[in-house]
Amino acid sequence: MRAPLPRGPVSAQVLSWLKGRVAPDVPHVRRLLQEPSADIICDEDRQLTLWTLYELHYTGFDDIGAGWEWSPECLAVRRVLETEFEHHMRASTRDTVRAVCARAGGVAERLFALVLEDDSPSLGRYIQRQADRSEAVEFLIHRSIYNLKEADAHTWAIPRLTGAAKVALVELQYDEYGTGNLDRLHSQMFADTLRACGLDSSVGAYIDEVPAVTLSLNNGLTMFGLHRRLTAAAMGHLAAFEASSSQPSRQVARGLRRLGFPEPAAAYFDEHVEADAVHEQVATRNICEVLVTQDPRRSEDVFFGAAAGIYLDARVAGYVLNAWATGRSALLPELPAPDVLGA
Amino acid sequence: MTSERPAVVHVTCCPDGPFLVRGADVIRDEDGVDHATHRPVVAVCRCGKSTRKPWCDGMHKLLPRTPPTPRAATGE
Ligand code: FES
Ligand SMILES: [Fe+2]
Ligand SMILES: [Fe+2]
Repeated sequence: MRAPLPRGPVSAQVLSWLKGRVAPDVPHVRRLLQEPSADIICDEDRQLTLWTLYELHYTGFDDIGAGWEWSPECLAVRRVLETEFEHHMRASTRDTVRAVCARAGGVAERLFALVLEDDSPSLGRYIQRQADRSEAVEFLIHRSIYNLKEADAHTWAIPRLTGAAKVALVELQYDEYGTGNLDRLHSQMFADTLRACGLDSSVGAYIDEVPAVTLSLNNGLTMFGLHRRLTAAAMGHLAAFEASSSQPSRQVARGLRRLGFPEPAAAYFDEHVEADAVHEQVATRNICEVLVTQDPRRSEDVFFGAAAGIYLDARVAGYVLNAWATGRSALLPELPAPDVLGA
Repeated sequence: MTSERPAVVHVTCCPDGPFLVRGADVIRDEDGVDHATHRPVVAVCRCGKSTRKPWCDGMHKLLPRTPPTPRAATGE
């Protein structure tokens, strides 16, 4: 994939480092980031910068050297952005996490309750009943940022888990990765869906069209995956993710069929109705419950990860549904050429 | 590969949810129809409400739950 277009002064700076146009200047970027963001979730410049720095840890960019992955300058910028982002996620979920920690019941049971009690607007229901074809296409474009590298962020937790929790995560991930069968690799199945709907299935094809809020969902997940101290949060996030998937997947599959997309388009979602009914049990009981039994101090972070996932999901759904309700696209208008921003 | 494999099937009952079944090749449903498993662990519907039987599809979550704890039962 090619590097994305910058969306403001910070991403313009960092992208020009990565492309070797200017020498890294961390104090300069720190100054640019001094004022806290009004809303970091919807901050195009900050989320795109973080997403770009994180992408260096996945498959990276064709036009950026792989050596940047561990450059101290990139890590320094990453840290400033992550601190602000994590602080925001913790503050936004504090009450929920406190309440669920104080509740009686097992970890799995409380994770399921957390998901069930979430009353934010449902994208799945909208796609099933109301979306038109262009809205369904936009929905798939939003989802492509995560689903084309589906499951990868949670894989980082494997070496940081031990015993039964590790066995369970590998069992779950093996299913995400197709159980030895390329056609069943979930990211591959999503690529098939994109193609069936006439979309580009190459990784990063739509990065310049996807707004910050959707990047934030991906960035939250990557942050949990990359930091060992956040492993419990990554697993809580996984549990909430899996436990809120079967029903929306069924709704989306129905919506795609209602809209007359070719049959292969729905296959990914059909698979997730069934797969995630398994994964939610494995993630809540065999991973999260076990993690907390191994070390009870992890319970708060398990619930934080779950609540943060639900929160970011709700922000995306709110943004997208609100755009459609007011007759707008939920994608970005065309971004200005890089030289306008000095990148 | 050896043809010997341990003939052990693990079945875990999930409270208010499905059976998690590990190690089974086939699940035979109530009409005697065999369904091959194609994942390392499968969830078999226990509530009767699934739309993809014999597999669980999460529909059990829409059913009233057994009250798990005294505290949760007095929540309303
Ligand atoms: S047990 Fe899950 S749908 Fe019946
Ligand atoms: Fe998946
Ligand atoms: Fe899954």
